[in-house]
Amino acid sequence: MAQRFPLAGLLAAGLFVIAPFVVPGWVLFLLTVALAKFMVVLAVALFLRGGLVTFGHALFYAVGAYTAGFGSKWFGAREAVLLVPVGVLLGALVAALLGLFMARYRGVFFSMLNLALSMILYAILLKFYWVTGGTDGISVRTPTLLGFVPPRDALRLLYYYFTLVIAGAVTYAVHRFLASPLGFFLKALADNEIRIEYSGASVQRVLYSTYVLSGALGGLAGVLVAFAVGHIVPEYAFWLQSGEFVFIALLGGYSSVPGPLIGAIAFEFIRTYANKYAPYAWQMTLGIIMLLIILLQPGGLWAMYEGVASRFRRRAEGVWHA
Amino acid sequence: MPETHPILQTVDLTKAFGMVRAADRITVQIAQGELVGIVGANGSGKTTFLNLVTGYLTPDHGRILIMGQDSTGLPPRLVTRLGLARSFQIPQLYTSLSVLENVLLALAAQARKSTGFWKPLYRRQWLEEGMEILARFGLTPYASRSVAELPEGGRKLLDVGLSFALQPRVLLMDEPTSGVSIEEKFQVMDTLVGVLQQSHMTTIFVEHDMDVVQRYSQRVLVFDNGEVVADGAPNTVLAAPEVRRAVLGRE
Repeated sequence: MAQRFPLAGLLAAGLFVIAPFVVPGWVLFLLTVALAKFMVVLAVALFLRGGLVTFGHALFYAVGAYTAGFGSKWFGAREAVLLVPVGVLLGALVAALLGLFMARYRGVFFSMLNLALSMILYAILLKFYWVTGGTDGISVRTPTLLGFVPPRDALRLLYYYFTLVIAGAVTYAVHRFLASPLGFFLKALADNEIRIEYSGASVQRVLYSTYVLSGALGGLAGVLVAFAVGHIVPEYAFWLQSGEFVFIALLGGYSSVPGPLIGAIAFEFIRTYANKYAPYAWQMTLGIIMLLIILLQPGGLWAMYEGVASRFRRRAEGVWHA
Repeated sequence: MPETHPILQTVDLTKAFGMVRAADRITVQIAQGELVGIVGANGSGKTTFLNLVTGYLTPDHGRILIMGQDSTGLPPRLVTRLGLARSFQIPQLYTSLSVLENVLLALAAQARKSTGFWKPLYRRQWLEEGMEILARFGLTPYASRSVAELPEGGRKLLDVGLSFALQPRVLLMDEPTSGVSIEEKFQVMDTLVGVLQQSHMTTIFVEHDMDVVQRYSQRVLVFDNGEVVADGAPNTVLAAPEVRRAVLGRE
């Protein structure tokens, strides 16, 4: 895996770079949204590695989205290079606050408390309509990039690359995180909390640090999606949105960084095609896909790829026996 | 006179579960470098003693001092940091990680780097130390294997190895040979006691096998109904009829 990553990774990066010249505009938009969502799915996947399910990360996603929205509506700010870091920071700050409380819970309580917190934000976004626009939401003005106002045709392209660069940086950072002591302790958390405490390390601190990171990733995803879509609504904080992130993490596979990325892209395509060809059976389509994944490929799409790749490798090395 | 503190001392340690006195005024002192075996029948309070000393349970009365420092009421994490580590009757391992990774995490915890999120876990210094520890415990061939593939004897050794990696002043082992086949038993103890004596680590182990205690400990504490009923050299203590009655339940 370690030796293979650079080649496969470079290949994937190359595909993303040339994508705008190959695919139609609507696919480019879809890829931009998928790249942005990938980051919050990554946050959810981190917890899944640690044996925890969160049904509330839409909270941080909404914090990020409304950072862009409020910037636009109340502060006349639409500079992406400014608002994106602010969204990350606010996501991390909110997580740093809630994490003090959340790091004490596991299992069902962790899942449901996250859900509860996100629903509180949802209610606030809904009720304080004079600030938040209520159910109407907020129109997010097209972003500027370092003061540059891109022409309409170039905007989609530029913004795609902007998101791609950030997604690349996040991929690298989370890769390092997973290889770090904290990343391993997070995985160890699902195995044995007793041993962690008896090593003199703190389970709570491991969870708390991860929580703050996950908040930052959620905020980042939210602000990027808000700019891409151009309109935000309270549903960004709704629990179904959180559920979608968990769905995508399972779809792509949560034990690696590429899993959530593949999941996010696949999900956007599934949504688009299901809307087009079977608009009334959209939920059923998702249900069937989840069923198939869990029954046939519990490691997600990434595990499917890895299975095929390793078979090819073994065949290439001449040790493959059918 | 700071250096004259016993490395571990308990004073009137008492813990009751309902009507059962699992620890009854236990007062013991363990000096630097001792190799102490604790014996007793099932339910005599051996494991309760370990759980109290390591902070897993809080005593109803009494105090615990580690090198003269009061550790009563501290959680396991902080007791561990005072230099007291333990291993478990049922090995507590990270089963989804490799054998080496288990040790690396212990080293990371020991270095207070458990929340480091940028530098890799696989770093040269820890890898060298980790492999050295695995070599001492005879686990080198398993380094990159999953913990799930370890035989039971290997799991027991690794469980102690993880505590050993923390470089504690005192190491408590809860039934290091339970679950290990009779043939492996002495082999496991030879390895463990060898490593720990070589590094002059003060060791306390709980064991219900009298032969193991006889052979490996320098001092024996006998537990019965939560009380320490005998304390002394294994030859004299284990020969006493009341001890045999307490431990074996017969004469």
